Amino acid sequence: MTRFWTIKFLRTILTLWFVVTFAFVVLRTSGDPVVALIGADALPAEIEQFRRQWGLDQPLFVQYLRYVGQMALGEFGTSLRDQRPVIDIIMERLPATLALGLVAYGAALVIGIPAGIAAALRRGRTLDRAIMAFAVFGFALPNFFLGILLILFFSLFLQILPSSGSGTLAHLVMPAITLGTFTAGTLARFTRSAMLEVLDRPYMRAAAAKGVPAWKRVLFHALPNAAIPIVTVIGLNLGQLIAGAIVVETVFGWPGIGRLLVQAVSSRDLAVVQALVLVIAATMVLANLLVDLLYGLLDPRIRGGAR
Amino acid sequence: MSRPSVPVLLAALFLAAVVLVALIGNVFTPFATTDQDLLNRLARPAFLGGPAEYPLGTDRIGRDMVARLVEGLRMSLSVALAGTLIGAVFGTLIGFVAAHFRGLVEEGLMMLVDFQASLPFILIALTLLAFFGNSLTLFILLMGLFGWETYARLARGVVLSATSQPYAKAVVALGAHPMRLYLRHVLPNVASALIVQLTLTFPQIILLETSLSFLGLGIQPPLTSLGQILGDGRDYLSTAWWISVWPGTLIFVITLSMSILGDALRDRLDPMLKQRTT
Repeated sequence: MTRFWTIKFLRTILTLWFVVTFAFVVLRTSGDPVVALIGADALPAEIEQFRRQWGLDQPLFVQYLRYVGQMALGEFGTSLRDQRPVIDIIMERLPATLALGLVAYGAALVIGIPAGIAAALRRGRTLDRAIMAFAVFGFALPNFFLGILLILFFSLFLQILPSSGSGTLAHLVMPAITLGTFTAGTLARFTRSAMLEVLDRPYMRAAAAKGVPAWKRVLFHALPNAAIPIVTVIGLNLGQLIAGAIVVETVFGWPGIGRLLVQAVSSRDLAVVQALVLVIAATMVLANLLVDLLYGLLDPRIRGGAR
Repeated sequence: MSRPSVPVLLAALFLAAVVLVALIGNVFTPFATTDQDLLNRLARPAFLGGPAEYPLGTDRIGRDMVARLVEGLRMSLSVALAGTLIGAVFGTLIGFVAAHFRGLVEEGLMMLVDFQASLPFILIALTLLAFFGNSLTLFILLMGLFGWETYARLARGVVLSATSQPYAKAVVALGAHPMRLYLRHVLPNVASALIVQLTLTFPQIILLETSLSFLGLGIQPPLTSLGQILGDGRDYLSTAWWISVWPGTLIFVITLSMSILGDALRDRLDPMLKQRTT
């Protein structure tokens, strides 16, 4: 048990360390880090001060250690564009992204999992085909195009929803649909195949034979056993959700960190890019750790040895 | 061998048509991609009452949408093709190297694989674009970086299981160079799995390229791609919806057909998998 937690925890630390190292390598191989972080038109005195402050007059190895230390403490420097600490800018934008992500994800769970269960129970019938066709469509439809289609229909044709911005609940509807569709499709697909795996197991037949009603069999006998692959997908989906938010926030002018990242990349505000990448990566790695731990709770077999 | 189903046939037909259009699409329009017609800016498609010479309308500076779409399609397809091939060759090679050397080399390479698999690729792509700037060559290499980790895992796994089998031992005993073993004897055995993976990666790279180009961070004007046209059309949604709807529909149908074909191919080449999932 302890061994299981320890291995998972060490792997998490290792991945985080990889991400920071990746950022350091990119920063150092792409040119002069001073120019990259404070801009090419800085005064010589400023540059000198920055060099000393960030330890760039030290040997490379020392620089690397200092860099890792600073990132671990959340000292990401200042934004080139509006001269404020990067961490403040990110904190300001984070709530919008969290709100959007939670609503989209919640909706995807509430729609995707029941749809997958229904498809598995009606395997091969019309309902199954319809749900799977929808899932395949959701998979192939690029989120930016879905967003554009929604804007055309709801904002320009029906004129009932605002096409961009934030502030009211109405602003949240289209971004959440756009972001949630893909996730709902993937969840439905995986729930369906996970349920199919367990539905014809002997214990399901045993439950039916002893007279357990159908809904109880599905909810209490099949679903818990199908939970492992579903939870895996939920963990994997977080990455897709973040990737989706980058595009969707830009389409709808939603003031979250996804849009901030796109703006920072196009204006080459490198301190902001670097900080966002580290923050997002850290979030994902921690989420994956949580999913792994959840496995251990869901399935006692996994806790025994390293998988 | 069962006959392919109707959706699979449709998907194959559509893809063949798309490739044909990308190759000889210019015969459908007298205009070049850059020809401007300032009197006919944002002209409606001909079937909606627009000028007859523009069957799909024009964009904000009066360029023919047909010519633009052919050019964009060509770019999107070739970037995705190049990206897919680079990723496949590079990834497979890394997998072979890892399985050949074992030990620390393998550990290190597999850590890289885990690292890339743990982050959404668009994040890595944005970082590299921000720091290294953008050019067509760099962008294509970036697309090649997508998905290599899947090929690496696949190739490594196959080599590891193959080298323990008698035929591989026999080839080694006969004095064959390891390269010969991997390329002549192991590679044909992974070919079907690799091909299935190719059909899965290709639509994903199309989506990645069009997303980045849509955000203005991928293919830059004067070059154009389907995503770039779509991004361009975003500012004209209320006056000229066709600028974004045509490329968007193309992207959607291409990725949809590709996934349908990929699924069919996987079922055919990998019967074990089919038994498990359907």
